[in-house]
Amino acid sequence: MLLIRCPWCGPRDEVEFRYGGQAGISYPSDPDALSDEEWADYLFMRDNPKGEFRERWVHAHGCRRWFNAVRSTVTHEIRATFPIGEEPPA
Amino acid sequence: MADARARYWRSAEPRRSYDVVIVGGGGHGLSTAYYLARNHGLTDVCVVEKGWLAGGNMARNTTIIRSNYLWDESAAIYEHSLKLWEGLEDELGFDLQFSQRGVLNLAHHLGDVRSSLRRVNANRLNGVDAEWLTPEEVRAFCPIVNVSPDLRYPVLGATLQRRGGIARHDKVAWGYAARASDLGVDIVEHAEVVGFLRGPDGRLEGVRTTRGDIRAGRVALSAAGHTSVLASMLGLRLPLQSHPLQALVSVLLEPVLDCVVMSNAVHVYVSQAEKGELVMGAGIDAYNSYAQRGSFHVIERQMAAAVELFPIFAHAKLLRTWGGIVDVCPDASPIISATPIENLFINCGWGTGGFKATPGAGWVFADLVANGRPGELARPFSLERFTIGALIDEHGAAAVAH
Ligand SMILES: Cc1cc2nc3c(=O)[nH]c(=O)nc-3n(C[C@H](O)[C@H](O)[C@H](O)COP(=O)(O)OP(=O)(O)OC[C@H]3O[C@@H](n4cnc5c(N)ncnc54)[C@H](O)[C@@H]3O)c2cc1C
Ligand SMILES: [Zn+2]
Repeated sequence: MLLIRCPWCGPRDEVEFRYGGQAGISYPSDPDALSDEEWADYLFMRDNPKGEFRERWVHAHGCRRWFNAVRSTVTHEIRATFPIGEEPPA
Repeated sequence: MADARARYWRSAEPRRSYDVVIVGGGGHGLSTAYYLARNHGLTDVCVVEKGWLAGGNMARNTTIIRSNYLWDESAAIYEHSLKLWEGLEDELGFDLQFSQRGVLNLAHHLGDVRSSLRRVNANRLNGVDAEWLTPEEVRAFCPIVNVSPDLRYPVLGATLQRRGGIARHDKVAWGYAARASDLGVDIVEHAEVVGFLRGPDGRLEGVRTTRGDIRAGRVALSAAGHTSVLASMLGLRLPLQSHPLQALVSVLLEPVLDCVVMSNAVHVYVSQAEKGELVMGAGIDAYNSYAQRGSFHVIERQMAAAVELFPIFAHAKLLRTWGGIVDVCPDASPIISATPIENLFINCGWGTGGFKATPGAGWVFADLVANGRPGELARPFSLERFTIGALIDEHGAAAVAH
């Protein structure tokens, strides 16, 4: 089980969290202007790297806040967790 | 053992060039190679595998075979596959321990019951055998299932596909490898594809491997959980996420279970192998991963469900657990498709349930690669479905279970 540091509550067991997939996919600013290909890209296409991945988690059974993490998909090591809108430490 | 395996197929040195290079020597890559040779006369074919033959998901799955999917497109391809299974031991001249012992899918709440009945009707309309069993009938078919109404998630009935069952996965891989090799296909192990050869105009011309460059007229990706990694080397983004999926076996027990039992709602599925171990699968871990291992709490939850459904299992001891990396698609259906890159074809997204499709997927993928365009069975599974919105939502029938 992963130990995940919620930016507000500190380190907690993975079972308190839910996973939100790739971070930084924002809703199209002008949805009417999107082509079918762009919609497909927004809705379905995702990065799936073997290595560092920027992803979202929500502390579902805690403060219920969303945040971002940088985690290795090879070792599962979490390099950083931080509030949405901020950058991870280098 | 190594000697016995070496006699099944020729271990080839890679040549400089082939008509078709298949990336990935799992079940799908090997069956694709076999059907390219058998159905299309294409024998200038090489399968490159980064590890040992069929050491990926092919060696790690719980071997459940069935074809009772909901939608017409899925029923057609999985039923095609099941029909191939029914003749496969003769076709390959191999004992695959293919056993059509029947697959039960339990229903635990009203929503389950309704969608199960719907699926039974849809299956029958598609010529797929399907029955609905009441709890009493479930007990008669599989006496060790606890059908007491006192369970937290009581058994309210089940669908039964009598033609469903299991097979010995490694023998399936060896059988395809042997027969493909007999027909002239080169099987190259310990050759990892680390890049692609592009012509001056950007044309795809082959693969770069740890055992040298190999030119290819066509490249067919059959790399399961690693498909995104390969596609990203070509700048191609796919609707895939790779997740750990775990399974486990118990110590050897006397025969207690002679069918396959699956329960989507409580995430457990189980059969008993011929030797006597209980083979059980869990759900995927939520996060993306390439680590081939998952968290123990997933196993714990699955065991809790298993012991409630099968009180007799409380006596069993866990022998070992392991994980594979599965390539999950947003609609829980596979992708069998040409790509925006000329001469690049992909067969992926089978996620948690592609073992049963080993013969069928190889058959239709070989057809696509040989002809450059999809046949009837493959067409609905093209990449285009994500653009035109024609998704094939099999979460009900596929979900986490197989
Ligand atoms: C625990 C578990 C239980 C499962 N249970 C079932 C089940 O009961 N029923 C069912 O139908 N399905 C089941 N599945 C799913 C099924 O195993 C897969 O869908 C199926 O095996 C995928 O096709 P494959 O056999 O070709 O994959 P794999 O065997 O994974 O083959 C892909 C191959 O590609 C190779 N490769 C990757 N990258 C490269 C590279 N760069 N260069 C060269 N080679 C490369 C890998 O080493 C691997 O050998 C299960 C999976 C798991 C993990
Ligand atoms: Zn919190």
